[in-house]
Amino acid sequence: MIRWLRWLLLLIVVRPIARFLTGADVTGREHLPLKGPAIIAANHNSHVDTLLMLSIFPSKAVMRVRPAAASDYFLKDPVVGWFSRNLVGIVPVARDRVASGEDVLAPAREALAAGDIIVVFPEGTRGDASDEMSRLKSGVARLAEAFPEAPVTPVWIQGAGRVLPKGEVIPVPMNCAVLIGEPLHWNGRRSEFMDGLRDALLTLKDQAPPLRWS
Amino acid sequence: MDIIARVFADQHPHLLWGLAGVGGLVALGAVVAGALTVLRRDKDYTELRQRIFSWVVMIALISAALLAGWPATTALFAVVSFIALREFLSLAPTRREDRLIVLAAYLAIPVNYAFVALDIYGIYLVLIPVYAFLITPWLMAIIGQTRGYLASVAMFHWGLMTCIYNIGYVAYLMRTPDYELPAGAAGLVFFLLVATEFNDVAQYVWGKLLGRRKIIPRVSPNKTWEGFIGGWISTAALIWFAGPLFTPLEDTGLAVLALVLPVAGFAGDVTMSAIKRDIGVKDTSHLIPGHGGILDRIDSLTFTAPIYFHLLAWFALETF
Repeated sequence: MIRWLRWLLLLIVVRPIARFLTGADVTGREHLPLKGPAIIAANHNSHVDTLLMLSIFPSKAVMRVRPAAASDYFLKDPVVGWFSRNLVGIVPVARDRVASGEDVLAPAREALAAGDIIVVFPEGTRGDASDEMSRLKSGVARLAEAFPEAPVTPVWIQGAGRVLPKGEVIPVPMNCAVLIGEPLHWNGRRSEFMDGLRDALLTLKDQAPPLRWS
Repeated sequence: MDIIARVFADQHPHLLWGLAGVGGLVALGAVVAGALTVLRRDKDYTELRQRIFSWVVMIALISAALLAGWPATTALFAVVSFIALREFLSLAPTRREDRLIVLAAYLAIPVNYAFVALDIYGIYLVLIPVYAFLITPWLMAIIGQTRGYLASVAMFHWGLMTCIYNIGYVAYLMRTPDYELPAGAAGLVFFLLVATEFNDVAQYVWGKLLGRRKIIPRVSPNKTWEGFIGGWISTAALIWFAGPLFTPLEDTGLAVLALVLPVAGFAGDVTMSAIKRDIGVKDTSHLIPGHGGILDRIDSLTFTAPIYFHLLAWFALETF
């Protein structure tokens, strides 16, 4: 029941809102995975990134799309938590418990095992809307290692930080370019894999329209 | 079925024949593109097919709006203004402090089109050229942002005028009373759009056929004198011969429109090219497959619409 509610919400509420706010100017749509297990790795400047990622998949695949999100941020408040878990469909990542040695990627691996498409933001947190990419965290490599059959699709989102920068509350419609690259596959070495992902993201960034924002 | 029959029965025959003609031309284009794809497999005609498919969608949307009347046409062009302004403000340099002004600029769209819907011409005329013109720099001063002040204000003024005020005139034409017109208000809008797009296409075709001398290589390297003049003559002829079927213009008024409209279309086109060159993009987005962004499609219209309206109002229409 709630799964269908989520599907309807994504198609008739989230998708029009995302189009209205961003124009969702997608290139490379043919590279999107349509079934899981699959991993999407995108840069992160705004909550709008999640909105966009939930709205660019065809309606057949959208049920499977689940953004990985920090449980220390989204699951703090019970109402936001219920909403995030059931309607946005987040896969919680307990960033605050990494130091304790707990396996914070367990929920993401479960979702991949169930055939979901996980969206990860390897920068770990939102950047400041300038188009710099910060250092990538290697959790995505560990997921790829655990599921070597899952393609890792790099996605560069240009301009979402202007629609809703970190710290702002009111979104302002501005076009965002979403550039989807060719999927990468696990190659056996974490550092090499991460370098490949970084290069792929930066290549997509070079193809994006210039961002005149200061 | 009854409703559909009535919608068509209420329309002027010139408009229906015109729409049928445009539909026929696009169908012909689709057949040619299909034949090329099948016959010449060594070449890739994907873009041509996309281009024609996009034409079909655009013509269907506009025809439906024109047949449905002024409320639908006003709503359609309000959406066009919004998408165009969003494209423009996203490409132009903006700053974090400007977010409020960007929102205010969007707010001008419902206000502008509300005066079209209310048919209050006296306010429509000055809303953006006077009030928005003055409010924008004032708002920016209040925010206290003086870095690049004049350039920012000018950027917002340009966006408001071209994307909202000028495009709004297409919707305002629909408020012209029928008794003044040979093919109804929809016929008036139809002819503006046909003449503008015909001019774009004619310039392109003449340029491809005869083009040798570049006209403004630093802005639009593909544009030639031959294309410009060929398009000018072809469109002027179209306006001179078909204009009386759709507009109340005659003699001097018609001649002025025939001479001025093609130049306006060309001017709108190269102005947008200059902006794109300044920003460093080829297309303003990928919204319309095979065409680019909405601004790539309506660049000429942002110049032809207000001039068409003005010439009609000056030479013929009593209402304005």
